[in-house]
Amino acid sequence: MTALAHAAVDPGGVDPAPPAPEAAKRSWTAYLLLLPGVLWLGVFFLLPLVQLAAVSLQSRYPGFAGYYYRDLNFANYASALTDYAPHFARSFLYAGLATLLAFALAYPLAYAMAFKAGKWRNLMMICVIAPFFTSFILRTFAWSQILADEGWVVGGLELLHLLPGGQIINTPVAVVAGLTYNFLPFMVLPIYASLERADPRVIEAGGDLYANGFTTFRTVTLPMSMPGVLAGTLLTFIPAAGDFVNMELLGPQQGKMVGNVINDQFLAIPGGYPVAAALSFTLMAAILVMVFLYVRRFGTEELV
Amino acid sequence: MSTTTTTTANGPAYRPSAAKRAQVWLANHFAMLTAILVLLYLFLPVAYTFAFSFNDHGKTNIVWQGFTWEHWQDPCGVPGVCGSLVTSLQVGAISTLVATVLGTMMALAMVRYRFRGKAASNVLIFVPMATPEIVMGAALLTIFVQGFSNIGISLGFTTIVFAHIMFCLSFVVVTVKARIQSLDPRIEEAAQDLYASPMQTFWKVTFPLILPGIAGAAMLAFSLSFDDFIITNFVSGNESTFPKFVYVASRRGIPAEANVIGFSMFVLAVLLVVGAQFVGSVRASRVKE
Repeated sequence: MTALAHAAVDPGGVDPAPPAPEAAKRSWTAYLLLLPGVLWLGVFFLLPLVQLAAVSLQSRYPGFAGYYYRDLNFANYASALTDYAPHFARSFLYAGLATLLAFALAYPLAYAMAFKAGKWRNLMMICVIAPFFTSFILRTFAWSQILADEGWVVGGLELLHLLPGGQIINTPVAVVAGLTYNFLPFMVLPIYASLERADPRVIEAGGDLYANGFTTFRTVTLPMSMPGVLAGTLLTFIPAAGDFVNMELLGPQQGKMVGNVINDQFLAIPGGYPVAAALSFTLMAAILVMVFLYVRRFGTEELV
Repeated sequence: MSTTTTTTANGPAYRPSAAKRAQVWLANHFAMLTAILVLLYLFLPVAYTFAFSFNDHGKTNIVWQGFTWEHWQDPCGVPGVCGSLVTSLQVGAISTLVATVLGTMMALAMVRYRFRGKAASNVLIFVPMATPEIVMGAALLTIFVQGFSNIGISLGFTTIVFAHIMFCLSFVVVTVKARIQSLDPRIEEAAQDLYASPMQTFWKVTFPLILPGIAGAAMLAFSLSFDDFIITNFVSGNESTFPKFVYVASRRGIPAEANVIGFSMFVLAVLLVVGAQFVGSVRASRVKE
Protein backbone atom coordinates (compact mmCIF):
# COMPACT_ATOMS: atom_id res chain seq x y z
CA MET A 1 0.00 0.00 0.00
CA THR A 2 2.87 2.32 0.73
CA ALA A 3 3.95 1.66 -2.81
CA LEU A 4 0.82 3.29 -4.20
CA ALA A 5 1.10 6.34 -2.03
CA HIS A 6 4.77 6.59 -2.77
CA ALA A 7 4.24 6.48 -6.50
CA ALA A 8 1.28 8.82 -6.39
CA VAL A 9 3.13 11.46 -4.49
CA ASP A 10 6.71 11.25 -5.48
CA PRO A 11 7.07 10.04 -9.05
CA GLY A 12 10.70 11.03 -9.12
CA GLY A 13 11.51 8.59 -6.38
CA VAL A 14 13.64 9.13 -3.33
CA ASP A 15 16.56 7.18 -2.02
CA PRO A 16 15.78 5.44 1.23
CA ALA A 17 17.68 7.14 4.01
CA PRO A 18 19.16 5.31 6.99
CA PRO A 19 16.53 4.57 9.64
CA ALA A 20 16.03 7.11 12.39
CA PRO A 21 17.44 6.42 15.83
CA GLU A 22 14.18 5.92 17.64
CA ALA A 23 15.10 4.75 21.10
CA ALA A 24 15.74 8.21 22.49
CA LYS A 25 12.26 9.55 21.81
CA ARG A 26 9.79 9.61 24.71
CA SER A 27 6.63 7.78 23.92
CA TRP A 28 3.95 10.02 25.46
CA THR A 29 4.43 12.50 22.63
CA ALA A 30 3.70 9.64 20.23
CA TYR A 31 0.42 8.92 22.01
CA LEU A 32 -0.60 12.58 21.85
CA LEU A 33 0.15 12.64 18.12
CA LEU A 34 -1.74 9.41 17.53
CA LEU A 35 -4.73 10.02 19.76
CA PRO A 36 -7.02 12.14 17.51
CA GLY A 37 -6.53 9.94 14.46
CA VAL A 38 -6.92 6.70 16.38
CA LEU A 39 -10.05 8.04 18.06
CA TRP A 40 -11.46 8.99 14.67
CA LEU A 41 -10.79 5.54 13.21
CA GLY A 42 -12.19 3.98 16.37
CA VAL A 43 -15.45 5.92 16.28
CA PHE A 44 -15.99 5.94 12.52
CA PHE A 45 -14.42 2.65 11.45
CA LEU A 46 -14.28 0.11 14.29
CA LEU A 47 -17.47 1.11 16.11
CA PRO A 48 -19.58 1.04 12.91
CA LEU A 49 -18.20 -2.43 12.15
CA VAL A 50 -19.28 -3.59 15.62
CA GLN A 51 -22.71 -2.08 14.99
CA LEU A 52 -22.82 -3.79 11.58
CA ALA A 53 -22.05 -7.11 13.29
CA ALA A 54 -24.86 -6.46 15.76
CA VAL A 55 -27.30 -5.59 12.97
CA SER A 56 -26.36 -8.73 11.07
CA LEU A 57 -27.83 -10.72 13.97
CA GLN A 58 -30.96 -8.62 14.48
CA SER A 59 -34.47 -9.76 13.66
CA ARG A 60 -37.29 -7.92 12.00
CA TYR A 61 -40.56 -7.09 13.79
CA PRO A 62 -43.08 -8.92 11.68
CA GLY A 63 -45.25 -6.42 9.89
CA PHE A 64 -43.07 -3.40 10.73
CA ALA A 65 -40.57 -2.99 7.93
CA GLY A 66 -37.56 -1.02 9.05
CA TYR A 67 -37.89 -1.92 12.76
CA TYR A 68 -35.53 -4.46 14.25
CA TYR A 69 -34.83 -5.93 17.68
CA ARG A 70 -31.61 -7.21 19.19
CA ASP A 71 -31.22 -10.92 18.65
CA LEU A 72 -28.79 -13.67 17.74
CA ASN A 73 -30.46 -14.50 14.48
CA PHE A 74 -27.90 -16.54 12.57
CA ALA A 75 -30.52 -17.28 9.94
CA ASN A 76 -29.44 -13.98 8.36
CA TYR A 77 -26.06 -15.53 7.62
CA ALA A 78 -27.66 -18.73 6.35
CA SER A 79 -29.74 -16.61 3.98
CA ALA A 80 -26.72 -14.58 2.93
CA LEU A 81 -24.71 -17.69 2.11
CA THR A 82 -27.41 -19.75 0.39
CA ASP A 83 -29.72 -17.26 -1.33
CA TYR A 84 -26.88 -15.06 -2.50
CA ALA A 85 -24.11 -17.59 -3.19
CA PRO A 86 -24.31 -16.95 -6.97
CA HIS A 87 -23.88 -13.22 -6.33
CA PHE A 88 -20.74 -13.86 -4.31
CA ALA A 89 -19.43 -16.19 -7.01
CA ARG A 90 -20.03 -13.57 -9.71
CA SER A 91 -18.40 -10.81 -7.65
CA PHE A 92 -15.24 -12.82 -7.11
CA LEU A 93 -15.17 -14.13 -10.68
CA TYR A 94 -15.63 -10.71 -12.32
CA ALA A 95 -13.21 -9.05 -9.88
CA GLY A 96 -10.66 -11.82 -10.49
CA LEU A 97 -10.93 -11.49 -14.27
CA ALA A 98 -10.67 -7.71 -14.03
CA THR A 99 -7.58 -8.05 -11.84
CA LEU A 100 -5.90 -10.37 -14.37
CA LEU A 101 -6.75 -8.07 -17.28
CA ALA A 102 -5.60 -5.01 -15.37
CA PHE A 103 -2.32 -6.76 -14.61
CA ALA A 104 -1.82 -7.62 -18.29
CA LEU A 105 -2.40 -3.99 -19.28
CA ALA A 106 -0.62 -2.37 -16.35
CA TYR A 107 2.65 -4.26 -16.44
CA PRO A 108 3.86 -3.09 -19.88
CA LEU A 109 2.83 0.45 -19.00
CA ALA A 110 4.64 0.41 -15.64
CA TYR A 111 7.64 -1.25 -17.28
CA ALA A 112 7.84 1.34 -20.03
CA MET A 113 7.53 4.14 -17.49
CA ALA A 114 10.29 2.71 -15.31
CA PHE A 115 12.82 1.71 -17.98
CA LYS A 116 11.96 3.19 -21.38
CA ALA A 117 10.32 6.55 -20.79
CA GLY A 118 13.37 8.67 -19.96
CA LYS A 119 12.35 12.32 -19.82
CA TRP A 120 8.73 11.43 -20.59
CA ARG A 121 8.40 9.60 -17.30
CA ASN A 122 6.68 12.38 -15.32
CA LEU A 123 4.35 13.14 -18.21
CA MET A 124 3.31 9.49 -18.37
CA MET A 125 2.77 9.49 -14.62
CA ILE A 126 0.46 12.48 -14.95
CA CYS A 127 -1.38 10.69 -17.76
CA VAL A 128 -1.99 7.68 -15.51
CA ILE A 129 -3.38 9.77 -12.67
CA ALA A 130 -5.20 12.41 -14.72
CA PRO A 131 -8.30 10.40 -15.75
CA PHE A 132 -9.01 10.03 -12.02
CA PHE A 133 -9.97 13.67 -11.95
CA THR A 134 -13.01 13.18 -14.13
CA SER A 135 -15.69 11.66 -11.92
CA PHE A 136 -15.52 7.86 -12.21
CA ILE A 137 -19.27 7.70 -12.72
CA LEU A 138 -19.00 10.03 -15.72
CA ARG A 139 -16.26 7.81 -17.16
CA THR A 140 -18.20 4.62 -16.50
CA PHE A 141 -21.21 6.17 -18.18
CA ALA A 142 -18.97 7.06 -21.13
CA TRP A 143 -18.17 3.34 -21.43
CA SER A 144 -21.87 2.63 -21.75
CA GLN A 145 -21.82 4.99 -24.74
CA ILE A 146 -18.64 3.51 -26.20
CA LEU A 147 -19.92 -0.05 -25.91
CA ALA A 148 -23.48 0.77 -26.98
CA ASP A 149 -25.11 -1.34 -29.70
CA GLU A 150 -24.89 1.45 -32.27
CA GLY A 151 -21.31 2.43 -31.26
CA TRP A 152 -18.12 1.89 -33.28
CA VAL A 153 -16.78 -0.89 -31.03
CA VAL A 154 -19.79 -3.14 -31.59
CA GLY A 155 -19.96 -2.09 -35.25
CA GLY A 156 -16.29 -2.90 -35.81
CA LEU A 157 -16.48 -6.28 -34.10
CA GLU A 158 -19.60 -7.21 -36.03
CA LEU A 159 -17.90 -6.27 -39.28
CA LEU A 160 -15.13 -8.73 -38.38
CA HIS A 161 -17.73 -11.34 -37.32
CA LEU A 162 -16.15 -11.41 -33.87
CA LEU A 163 -19.31 -10.72 -31.91
CA PRO A 164 -21.69 -13.69 -32.04
CA GLY A 165 -24.08 -12.22 -29.43
CA GLY A 166 -24.28 -8.90 -31.24
CA GLN A 167 -24.11 -7.01 -27.94
CA ILE A 168 -21.57 -5.93 -25.33
CA ILE A 169 -23.48 -3.49 -23.17
CA ASN A 170 -25.74 -5.15 -20.58
CA THR A 171 -23.56 -8.27 -20.55
CA PRO A 172 -20.96 -9.48 -18.00
CA VAL A 173 -18.26 -8.65 -20.58
CA ALA A 174 -19.10 -4.95 -20.22
CA VAL A 175 -18.99 -5.25 -16.43
CA VAL A 176 -15.52 -6.84 -16.47
CA ALA A 177 -14.37 -4.23 -18.97
CA GLY A 178 -15.65 -1.45 -16.72
CA LEU A 179 -14.04 -2.92 -13.60
CA THR A 180 -10.73 -3.37 -15.44
CA TYR A 181 -10.82 0.21 -16.62
CA ASN A 182 -11.80 1.79 -13.32
CA PHE A 183 -9.13 0.12 -11.19
CA LEU A 184 -6.28 0.00 -13.72
CA PRO A 185 -4.35 2.96 -12.23
CA PHE A 186 -4.34 1.18 -8.84
CA MET A 187 -2.44 -1.63 -10.56
CA VAL A 188 -0.06 0.61 -12.51
CA LEU A 189 1.16 2.83 -9.67
CA PRO A 190 2.47 0.20 -7.22
CA ILE A 191 4.07 -1.90 -9.98
CA TYR A 192 5.75 1.21 -11.31
CA ALA A 193 6.92 2.16 -7.81
CA SER A 194 8.63 -1.18 -7.26
CA LEU A 195 10.14 -1.34 -10.77
CA GLU A 196 11.40 2.19 -10.41
CA ARG A 197 13.24 1.25 -7.23
CA ALA A 198 14.83 -1.77 -8.93
CA ASP A 199 18.42 -1.33 -10.03
CA PRO A 200 18.54 -1.57 -13.86
CA ARG A 201 22.09 -2.91 -13.57
CA VAL A 202 20.73 -6.08 -11.97
CA ILE A 203 18.55 -6.63 -15.04
CA GLU A 204 21.49 -5.91 -17.34
CA ALA A 205 23.46 -8.49 -15.41
CA GLY A 206 20.84 -11.06 -16.39
CA GLY A 207 21.57 -10.30 -20.05
CA ASP A 208 25.32 -10.41 -19.42
CA LEU A 209 24.87 -13.91 -18.04
CA TYR A 210 23.39 -14.95 -21.40
CA ALA A 211 19.80 -15.11 -20.25
CA ASN A 212 17.49 -14.20 -23.13
CA GLY A 213 14.98 -11.39 -22.77
CA PHE A 214 12.17 -13.56 -21.53
CA THR A 215 14.28 -15.49 -19.03
CA THR A 216 15.70 -12.26 -17.63
CA PHE A 217 12.19 -10.92 -17.28
CA ARG A 218 10.88 -14.07 -15.60
CA THR A 219 13.78 -14.66 -13.22
CA VAL A 220 14.97 -11.13 -12.48
CA THR A 221 12.55 -8.33 -13.36
CA LEU A 222 9.28 -9.94 -12.32
CA PRO A 223 10.49 -11.13 -8.89
CA MET A 224 11.88 -7.66 -8.19
CA SER A 225 8.49 -6.13 -8.90
CA MET A 226 6.54 -8.65 -6.80
CA PRO A 227 5.81 -6.24 -3.91
CA GLY A 228 4.21 -3.89 -6.42
CA VAL A 229 2.30 -6.67 -8.16
CA LEU A 230 1.01 -7.85 -4.80
CA ALA A 231 -0.15 -4.40 -3.71
CA GLY A 232 -1.61 -3.73 -7.17
CA THR A 233 -3.66 -6.92 -7.32
CA LEU A 234 -5.07 -6.24 -3.85
CA LEU A 235 -5.86 -2.62 -4.66
CA THR A 236 -7.68 -3.79 -7.80
CA PHE A 237 -9.41 -6.91 -6.51
CA ILE A 238 -10.80 -5.54 -3.24
CA PRO A 239 -12.69 -2.53 -4.62
CA ALA A 240 -13.74 -4.51 -7.71
CA ALA A 241 -15.26 -7.29 -5.60
CA GLY A 242 -17.34 -4.81 -3.63
CA ASP A 243 -18.31 -2.59 -6.57
CA PHE A 244 -21.87 -2.21 -7.78
CA VAL A 245 -21.66 0.88 -9.98
CA ASN A 246 -20.17 -0.90 -13.02
CA MET A 247 -22.84 -3.60 -12.81
CA GLU A 248 -25.56 -0.98 -12.44
CA LEU A 249 -24.41 1.17 -15.37
CA LEU A 250 -23.01 -1.46 -17.75
CA GLY A 251 -24.37 -4.84 -16.68
CA PRO A 252 -27.44 -6.98 -17.29
CA GLN A 253 -30.70 -6.67 -15.35
CA GLN A 254 -30.38 -10.22 -14.04
CA GLY A 255 -27.30 -11.79 -12.46
CA LYS A 256 -26.06 -8.94 -10.28
CA MET A 257 -23.05 -8.87 -7.98
CA VAL A 258 -23.08 -8.96 -4.20
CA GLY A 259 -22.47 -5.21 -4.00
CA ASN A 260 -25.74 -4.57 -5.80
CA VAL A 261 -27.63 -6.78 -3.35
CA ILE A 262 -26.11 -5.02 -0.33
CA ASN A 263 -26.85 -1.62 -1.79
CA ASP A 264 -30.45 -2.48 -2.68
CA GLN A 265 -31.18 -4.26 0.60
CA PHE A 266 -29.96 -1.26 2.57
CA LEU A 267 -31.27 1.60 0.49
CA ALA A 268 -34.15 0.34 -1.64
CA ILE A 269 -35.82 -2.61 0.09
CA PRO A 270 -37.58 -1.87 3.40
CA GLY A 271 -36.56 -4.24 6.18
CA GLY A 272 -33.43 -5.43 4.44
CA TYR A 273 -30.89 -4.33 7.04
CA PRO A 274 -30.08 -7.61 8.85
CA VAL A 275 -29.50 -9.75 5.76
CA ALA A 276 -27.61 -6.91 4.05
CA ALA A 277 -25.41 -6.53 7.13
CA ALA A 278 -24.76 -10.29 7.12
CA LEU A 279 -23.85 -10.07 3.43
CA SER A 280 -21.46 -7.16 4.10
CA PHE A 281 -19.79 -9.02 6.92
CA THR A 282 -19.43 -12.17 4.87
CA LEU A 283 -17.92 -10.16 2.01
CA MET A 284 -15.45 -8.48 4.32
CA ALA A 285 -14.50 -11.76 6.00
CA ALA A 286 -14.06 -13.53 2.65
CA ILE A 287 -11.85 -10.73 1.36
CA LEU A 288 -9.75 -10.58 4.53
CA VAL A 289 -9.20 -14.35 4.42
CA MET A 290 -8.22 -14.17 0.75
CA VAL A 291 -5.88 -11.24 1.40
CA PHE A 292 -4.31 -13.08 4.31
CA LEU A 293 -3.71 -16.28 2.33
CA TYR A 294 -2.49 -14.35 -0.68
CA VAL A 295 -0.08 -12.21 1.31
CA ARG A 296 1.23 -15.30 3.12
CA ARG A 297 1.83 -17.05 -0.19
CA PHE A 298 3.44 -14.17 -2.11
CA GLY A 299 3.94 -11.58 0.58
CA THR A 300 6.89 -9.49 1.54
CA GLU A 301 7.43 -7.30 4.54
CA GLU A 302 6.87 -4.27 2.40
CA LEU A 303 3.11 -4.52 2.41
CA VAL A 304 1.78 -3.36 5.79
CA MET B 1 19.12 -1.99 -27.69
CA SER B 2 21.75 -4.69 -27.49
CA THR B 3 20.42 -6.42 -30.61
CA THR B 4 20.94 -3.38 -32.81
CA THR B 5 24.53 -2.89 -31.67
CA THR B 6 25.48 -6.52 -32.35
CA THR B 7 24.00 -6.48 -35.85
CA THR B 8 25.91 -3.36 -36.84
CA ALA B 9 29.06 -4.63 -35.16
CA ASN B 10 29.17 -7.48 -37.68
CA GLY B 11 30.61 -5.02 -40.17
CA PRO B 12 29.38 -2.51 -42.69
CA ALA B 13 28.78 -5.21 -45.30
CA TYR B 14 26.03 -6.84 -43.26
CA ARG B 15 22.68 -5.14 -43.62
CA PRO B 16 19.65 -6.89 -42.11
CA SER B 17 16.55 -7.15 -44.21
CA ALA B 18 13.72 -4.67 -43.75
CA ALA B 19 11.57 -7.34 -42.12
CA LYS B 20 14.35 -8.16 -39.67
CA ARG B 21 14.88 -4.50 -38.86
CA ALA B 22 11.16 -4.00 -38.31
CA GLN B 23 11.17 -6.99 -35.99
CA VAL B 24 14.07 -5.60 -33.97
CA TRP B 25 12.47 -2.18 -33.80
CA LEU B 26 9.22 -3.72 -32.61
CA ALA B 27 11.03 -5.79 -29.97
CA ASN B 28 12.78 -2.69 -28.67
CA HIS B 29 9.66 -0.56 -28.60
CA PHE B 30 7.09 -3.19 -27.63
CA ALA B 31 6.72 -1.98 -24.03
CA MET B 32 6.49 1.67 -25.09
CA LEU B 33 3.92 0.99 -27.82
CA THR B 34 1.76 -1.04 -25.46
CA ALA B 35 2.12 1.70 -22.85
CA ILE B 36 0.87 4.34 -25.29
CA LEU B 37 -2.10 2.16 -26.25
CA VAL B 38 -2.98 1.65 -22.58
CA LEU B 39 -2.75 5.39 -21.96
CA LEU B 40 -5.08 6.03 -24.90
CA TYR B 41 -7.46 3.48 -23.39
CA LEU B 42 -7.34 5.36 -20.08
CA PHE B 43 -8.19 8.62 -21.82
CA LEU B 44 -10.91 7.35 -24.16
CA PRO B 45 -13.82 7.85 -21.72
CA VAL B 46 -12.45 11.28 -20.76
CA ALA B 47 -12.52 12.21 -24.44
CA TYR B 48 -16.12 10.98 -24.63
CA THR B 49 -17.06 13.04 -21.59
CA PHE B 50 -15.50 16.08 -23.25
CA ALA B 51 -17.12 15.47 -26.63
CA PHE B 52 -20.58 14.92 -25.18
CA SER B 53 -20.36 18.18 -23.24
CA PHE B 54 -21.01 19.78 -26.66
CA ASN B 55 -23.90 17.51 -27.54
CA ASP B 56 -27.07 19.34 -28.52
CA HIS B 57 -29.14 16.70 -26.80
CA GLY B 58 -32.81 16.51 -26.02
CA LYS B 59 -33.99 14.54 -23.02
CA THR B 60 -31.08 12.11 -22.88
CA ASN B 61 -27.41 12.73 -23.60
CA ILE B 62 -26.54 9.28 -24.93
CA VAL B 63 -26.38 9.55 -28.72
CA TRP B 64 -24.63 12.37 -30.61
CA GLN B 65 -27.16 14.83 -31.97
CA GLY B 66 -25.21 17.91 -33.00
CA PHE B 67 -22.82 20.56 -31.76
CA THR B 68 -23.66 23.37 -29.34
CA TRP B 69 -21.86 25.78 -26.99
CA GLU B 70 -24.98 26.08 -24.89
CA HIS B 71 -23.90 23.84 -22.00
CA TRP B 72 -20.54 25.57 -21.62
CA GLN B 73 -22.22 28.97 -21.54
CA ASP B 74 -24.46 28.01 -18.63
CA PRO B 75 -23.08 24.97 -16.74
CA CYS B 76 -25.50 25.61 -13.85
CA GLY B 77 -28.47 25.54 -16.21
CA VAL B 78 -29.73 22.22 -14.90
CA PRO B 79 -31.32 22.26 -11.45
CA GLY B 80 -29.18 20.71 -8.74
CA VAL B 81 -25.93 20.30 -10.63
CA CYS B 82 -24.07 23.31 -9.22
CA GLY B 83 -25.55 22.85 -5.76
CA SER B 84 -24.15 19.33 -5.65
CA LEU B 85 -20.80 20.60 -6.94
CA VAL B 86 -20.61 23.18 -4.14
CA THR B 87 -21.46 20.49 -1.58
CA SER B 88 -18.70 18.24 -2.97
CA LEU B 89 -16.16 21.07 -2.85
CA GLN B 90 -17.09 21.94 0.73
CA VAL B 91 -17.00 18.32 1.87
CA GLY B 92 -13.68 17.85 0.07
CA ALA B 93 -12.11 20.95 1.63
CA ILE B 94 -13.14 20.15 5.23
CA SER B 95 -12.31 16.44 4.98
CA THR B 96 -8.95 17.15 3.37
CA LEU B 97 -7.99 19.68 6.04
CA VAL B 98 -8.91 17.46 9.00
CA ALA B 99 -7.60 14.22 7.49
CA THR B 100 -4.30 15.83 6.49
CA VAL B 101 -3.66 17.30 9.95
CA LEU B 102 -4.63 14.13 11.84
CA GLY B 103 -2.89 11.86 9.34
CA THR B 104 0.37 13.82 9.40
CA MET B 105 0.42 13.66 13.20
CA MET B 106 -0.13 9.91 13.04
CA ALA B 107 2.59 9.47 10.41
CA LEU B 108 5.08 11.38 12.57
CA ALA B 109 4.26 9.18 15.55
CA MET B 110 4.56 6.00 13.48
CA VAL B 111 7.96 6.81 12.00
CA ARG B 112 9.72 8.87 14.63
CA TYR B 113 8.69 7.15 17.88
CA ARG B 114 8.81 3.75 19.45
CA PHE B 115 5.86 2.95 21.66
CA ARG B 116 3.59 0.23 22.96
CA GLY B 117 0.74 -0.56 20.58
CA LYS B 118 2.59 0.42 17.42
CA ALA B 119 1.76 -2.83 15.63
CA ALA B 120 -1.92 -2.49 16.55
CA SER B 121 -1.95 1.10 15.29
CA ASN B 122 -0.41 -0.08 12.04
CA VAL B 123 -3.20 -2.62 11.59
CA LEU B 124 -5.85 -0.01 12.44
CA ILE B 125 -4.41 2.26 9.73
CA PHE B 126 -4.09 -0.53 7.16
CA VAL B 127 -7.44 -2.31 7.52
CA PRO B 128 -9.66 0.59 6.29
CA MET B 129 -7.72 0.54 3.01
CA ALA B 130 -8.33 -3.21 2.65
CA THR B 131 -12.05 -2.96 3.43
CA PRO B 132 -14.44 -2.70 0.48
CA GLU B 133 -16.15 0.67 0.40
CA ILE B 134 -19.56 -0.90 0.40
CA VAL B 135 -18.85 -2.55 3.77
CA MET B 136 -17.66 0.74 5.27
CA GLY B 137 -20.67 2.55 3.86
CA ALA B 138 -23.06 -0.08 5.21
CA ALA B 139 -21.38 -0.06 8.63
CA LEU B 140 -21.55 3.74 8.83
CA LEU B 141 -25.19 3.71 7.78
CA THR B 142 -26.13 1.30 10.55
CA ILE B 143 -24.39 3.32 13.25
CA PHE B 144 -25.63 6.67 11.96
CA VAL B 145 -29.21 5.45 11.74
CA GLN B 146 -29.35 3.29 14.85
CA GLY B 147 -26.92 5.17 17.08
CA PHE B 148 -26.05 8.72 16.07
CA SER B 149 -29.61 9.76 15.26
CA ASN B 150 -30.31 9.36 18.99
CA ILE B 151 -27.85 12.15 19.77
CA GLY B 152 -29.29 14.46 17.14
CA ILE B 153 -27.02 13.78 14.17
CA SER B 154 -29.06 12.73 11.16
CA LEU B 155 -27.83 11.71 7.71
CA GLY B 156 -26.58 14.67 5.68
CA PHE B 157 -23.64 17.01 5.27
CA THR B 158 -22.12 16.26 8.70
CA THR B 159 -22.22 12.49 8.31
CA ILE B 160 -20.68 12.74 4.83
CA VAL B 161 -17.77 14.76 6.26
CA PHE B 162 -17.30 12.32 9.18
CA ALA B 163 -17.13 9.40 6.76
CA HIS B 164 -14.82 11.12 4.28
CA ILE B 165 -12.30 12.10 6.97
CA MET B 166 -12.26 8.46 8.06
CA PHE B 167 -11.47 6.91 4.67
CA CYS B 168 -8.99 9.64 3.67
CA LEU B 169 -7.05 9.33 6.92
CA SER B 170 -5.23 6.06 6.19
CA PHE B 171 -4.15 7.24 2.74
CA VAL B 172 -2.72 10.44 4.24
CA VAL B 173 -0.80 8.44 6.84
CA VAL B 174 0.87 6.09 4.33
CA THR B 175 1.70 8.97 1.97
CA VAL B 176 3.28 11.22 4.60
CA LYS B 177 4.96 8.22 6.25
CA ALA B 178 6.74 7.39 2.99
CA ARG B 179 8.06 10.95 2.84
CA ILE B 180 9.26 11.00 6.46
CA GLN B 181 10.96 7.64 6.01
CA SER B 182 12.90 9.01 3.06
CA LEU B 183 14.35 11.88 5.14
CA ASP B 184 17.91 11.71 6.28
CA PRO B 185 17.69 11.82 10.12
CA ARG B 186 21.17 13.34 10.24
CA ILE B 187 19.69 16.67 9.06
CA GLU B 188 17.55 16.82 12.17
CA GLU B 189 20.45 15.69 14.32
CA ALA B 190 22.52 18.51 12.88
CA ALA B 191 19.82 21.02 13.85
CA GLN B 192 19.84 19.71 17.40
CA ASP B 193 23.63 19.83 17.50
CA LEU B 194 23.25 23.52 16.69
CA TYR B 195 21.11 23.91 19.85
CA ALA B 196 17.72 24.03 18.15
CA SER B 197 14.90 23.04 20.51
CA PRO B 198 12.72 20.09 19.45
CA MET B 199 9.98 22.54 18.42
CA GLN B 200 12.41 24.65 16.39
CA THR B 201 13.83 21.53 14.78
CA PHE B 202 10.38 20.42 13.77
CA TRP B 203 9.05 23.70 12.37
CA LYS B 204 12.29 24.93 10.78
CA VAL B 205 13.74 21.66 9.50
CA THR B 206 11.44 18.64 9.51
CA PHE B 207 8.20 20.34 8.48
CA PRO B 208 9.56 22.13 5.37
CA LEU B 209 11.19 18.87 4.28
CA ILE B 210 8.02 16.79 4.58
CA LEU B 211 5.78 19.53 3.18
CA PRO B 212 5.80 18.11 -0.38
CA GLY B 213 4.60 14.80 1.07
CA ILE B 214 1.87 16.55 3.04
CA ALA B 215 0.79 18.48 -0.07
CA GLY B 216 0.65 15.26 -2.07
CA ALA B 217 -1.37 13.59 0.67
CA ALA B 218 -3.80 16.51 0.75
CA MET B 219 -4.29 16.29 -3.03
CA LEU B 220 -4.86 12.56 -2.77
CA ALA B 221 -7.36 13.07 0.07
CA PHE B 222 -9.23 15.74 -1.86
CA SER B 223 -9.50 13.63 -4.99
CA LEU B 224 -10.65 10.58 -2.98
CA SER B 225 -13.28 12.67 -1.22
CA PHE B 226 -14.42 14.55 -4.31
CA ASP B 227 -14.92 11.41 -6.37
CA ASP B 228 -16.38 9.16 -3.70
CA PHE B 229 -19.78 7.77 -4.48
CA ILE B 230 -20.27 4.40 -2.77
CA ILE B 231 -19.77 5.48 0.86
CA THR B 232 -21.39 8.88 0.27
CA ASN B 233 -24.47 7.19 -1.16
CA PHE B 234 -24.95 5.33 2.13
CA VAL B 235 -24.45 8.23 4.52
CA SER B 236 -25.77 11.26 2.61
CA GLY B 237 -29.54 11.06 3.24
CA ASN B 238 -31.11 13.75 1.10
CA GLU B 239 -27.87 15.69 0.59
CA SER B 240 -26.50 15.44 -2.94
CA THR B 241 -22.82 15.47 -3.89
CA PHE B 242 -21.58 15.78 -7.46
CA PRO B 243 -20.95 12.04 -8.01
CA LYS B 244 -24.33 11.25 -6.45
CA PHE B 245 -26.01 13.77 -8.74
CA VAL B 246 -24.36 12.17 -11.77
CA TYR B 247 -25.30 8.66 -10.65
CA VAL B 248 -28.92 9.53 -10.02
CA ALA B 249 -29.08 11.39 -13.33
CA SER B 250 -27.50 8.47 -15.21
CA ARG B 251 -30.76 6.54 -15.07
CA ARG B 252 -32.31 8.99 -17.50
CA GLY B 253 -29.15 10.29 -19.17
CA ILE B 254 -26.59 12.62 -17.63
CA PRO B 255 -27.13 16.27 -18.65
CA ALA B 256 -24.22 17.71 -20.66
CA GLU B 257 -23.78 20.36 -17.94
CA ALA B 258 -22.39 17.61 -15.70
CA ASN B 259 -19.92 16.73 -18.48
CA VAL B 260 -18.85 20.39 -18.59
CA ILE B 261 -18.21 20.42 -14.84
CA GLY B 262 -16.53 17.00 -14.82
CA PHE B 263 -14.20 17.94 -17.64
CA SER B 264 -13.40 21.35 -16.14
CA MET B 265 -12.40 19.69 -12.86
CA PHE B 266 -10.14 17.40 -14.88
CA VAL B 267 -8.43 20.33 -16.60
CA LEU B 268 -8.04 22.22 -13.31
CA ALA B 269 -6.53 19.20 -11.56
CA VAL B 270 -4.11 18.46 -14.39
CA LEU B 271 -2.95 22.10 -14.41
CA LEU B 272 -2.46 21.89 -10.66
CA VAL B 273 -0.42 18.68 -10.89
CA VAL B 274 1.70 20.01 -13.75
CA GLY B 275 2.23 23.24 -11.82
CA ALA B 276 3.25 21.35 -8.70
CA GLN B 277 5.71 19.26 -10.72
CA PHE B 278 7.16 22.41 -12.25
CA VAL B 279 7.59 24.10 -8.85
CA GLY B 280 9.13 20.89 -7.54
CA SER B 281 11.68 20.68 -10.36
CA VAL B 282 12.59 24.39 -10.02
CA ARG B 283 13.14 23.90 -6.30
CA ALA B 284 15.19 20.78 -6.92
CA SER B 285 17.44 22.52 -9.46
CA ARG B 286 17.94 25.44 -7.04
CA VAL B 287 19.03 23.04 -4.32
CA LYS B 288 21.52 21.47 -6.71
CA GLU B 289 23.03 24.86 -7.55
